[in-house]
Amino acid sequence: MSDERIKQVSAIRRAMIRPELGAICGTILVFVFFFMIAGDSGMFSAEGVQNWGVVSAQFAIIAVGACLLMIAGEFDLSVGSMIGFAGVVIAILSVQWGLPIWLSIIAAFVVCMAIGALNGFLVIKTGLPSFIVTLAFLYILRGLTIWLSILTTRQTIIGGVKEAAEGDPLAWLFGGVIFKGLFQWLGDIGVIETFTRGSRMGQPVVDGIPMLVVWALGLVIFGHWLLTKTRFGNWIFASGGDAQAARYVGVPVNRVKILMFMFTAFCATVFATCQVMEFGSAAADRGLLKEFEAIICVVIGGALLTGGYGSVIGAALGALIFGVVQQGLFFAGAESSLFRVFLGGILIFAVIMNTYIRRMITGER
Amino acid sequence: MSTPLIEMDNIEKHFGPVIALGGVSFNVMEGECHCLLGDNGAGKSTFIKTMSGVHKPTKGVMRVSGQDVAFSSPRDAMEAGIATVYQDLAMIPLMSVTRNFWMGREPRKSFGPFKWIDFKHANKVTMDEMSSMGINLREPEQAVGTLSGGERQTVAIARAVHFGAKVLILDEPTSALGVRQTSNVLATIDRVRKSGIGVIFITHNVRHAMAVGDRFTVLNRGQTHGTAKRGEIKPEELQDMMAGGQELAQLEGSLGGTV
Repeated sequence: MSDERIKQVSAIRRAMIRPELGAICGTILVFVFFFMIAGDSGMFSAEGVQNWGVVSAQFAIIAVGACLLMIAGEFDLSVGSMIGFAGVVIAILSVQWGLPIWLSIIAAFVVCMAIGALNGFLVIKTGLPSFIVTLAFLYILRGLTIWLSILTTRQTIIGGVKEAAEGDPLAWLFGGVIFKGLFQWLGDIGVIETFTRGSRMGQPVVDGIPMLVVWALGLVIFGHWLLTKTRFGNWIFASGGDAQAARYVGVPVNRVKILMFMFTAFCATVFATCQVMEFGSAAADRGLLKEFEAIICVVIGGALLTGGYGSVIGAALGALIFGVVQQGLFFAGAESSLFRVFLGGILIFAVIMNTYIRRMITGER
Repeated sequence: MSTPLIEMDNIEKHFGPVIALGGVSFNVMEGECHCLLGDNGAGKSTFIKTMSGVHKPTKGVMRVSGQDVAFSSPRDAMEAGIATVYQDLAMIPLMSVTRNFWMGREPRKSFGPFKWIDFKHANKVTMDEMSSMGINLREPEQAVGTLSGGERQTVAIARAVHFGAKVLILDEPTSALGVRQTSNVLATIDRVRKSGIGVIFITHNVRHAMAVGDRFTVLNRGQTHGTAKRGEIKPEELQDMMAGGQELAQLEGSLGGTV
């Protein structure tokens, strides 16, 4: 009983029609745009690439967590506050209490993932929308962060982490760069520019791949693999697509959702730790608005706000678009406030396009 | 007479002061399609949820192949070979046919600590099972949302059969479907029955029930009105028992027998 009304789909169309399509088009557009208006401004030199690469990587780290959580059917609005909170926890434990950095970092991960689990637990047990529960934690965590840092240091910025991190066995994972030798060699043979004077004379302007970028790539690859290739990934889709239908066939929906809240908290803590290691300080106002930026990346990447559909690769491209636009406008010498206008425009455009693509794939009406 | 695959003996279910089921007896034999008819509110949903392990009966005994059982979760019922296909909750439209088919029981390959879904195997089995049910998919990766309602029901039935269901409970599988899709689903029920599975077909459409049913039980206000074999009862009598007779008989007179 083959149905004559189903048209055969061409291989090209099948390869094209995927959740990331909108983000792929957007990425190409953004790159072409900035090649044209800022191609000669140094935006695409090694240093320029590092500049927007790091910014994009920051977005990507939190976008991966937000993406998997959104596909599982939930939101986390406490990501930004969690970033501030995790940073202050690390700084207080290491600088104020004198604990080694590695222990402070582990403690921050444990505490933040426990809060993530609490978020998930409350959402599951109360049946309230995660929007409300995590909105509460947006305020609770931000308030606690400011209170804790003023209580222990009488200020909202805690410095001295860099000194404490010297020679630490874990801190290098979150700060600094890798492949220094390779980049030095690239500098020596002239592929990358080198400093021509000053104390770093002869060193390449980009001295390696920042750990932040390594984390971003690692998380994107892990998230993509988990979502598309594993049993757990199938459960993430199922939990967000229709939790009740998933329960009826034995998918442990509650466990999946709580684990995704914990993973989002993990990503936020990675972000916070990298930031603390880079600046050598923690501040109570770090991570402001990051929750929305993460959600924007995910939505540009083709995910459905109501869950059950999306792509980690798409979210990563969303983060890339975000980073390139933010830094590109700076390189182009545009008024920096225009960044938000541009971003809002991209957001609307991406969502309309993604809605159309999704209808083609899923037959939803 | 052999042992029924599943036997519900004088089942009662109370929700607080409400008696949803007041002593219902029901069984299904191998290779039989037993239709459970009832109007909205007759207790059909409560009854199937009791059979499929969602609710625990307040009183009465359940037996699977002659053994007393007490299910504490839908999982227990599934392990005992009782699969339920719910009308709206059978499938997740945004996910592919393969992902839906294997949901909760994905086949895996592994290398060291890494385990991943064996999509090649999963896709092949899905295509084979679907074509044995008479549906040729364009591709196993197509989203369930692109299938018709009847095809979705069929995917859910094929899934239950593949995972070793001995008893298949179908909750109003035809009530939201068009004529042609309904006949496809009824044909699928017939196919499943012939493979030796016991089918419990819940419906309030007498014509659909008469098309495939071997036995008929009518549920009304939490009570059964007895079970009839095929050929022993007329569609009009079933209709009367479901609706409580009277008013519908009058209505039927004025509508000329179209209800």
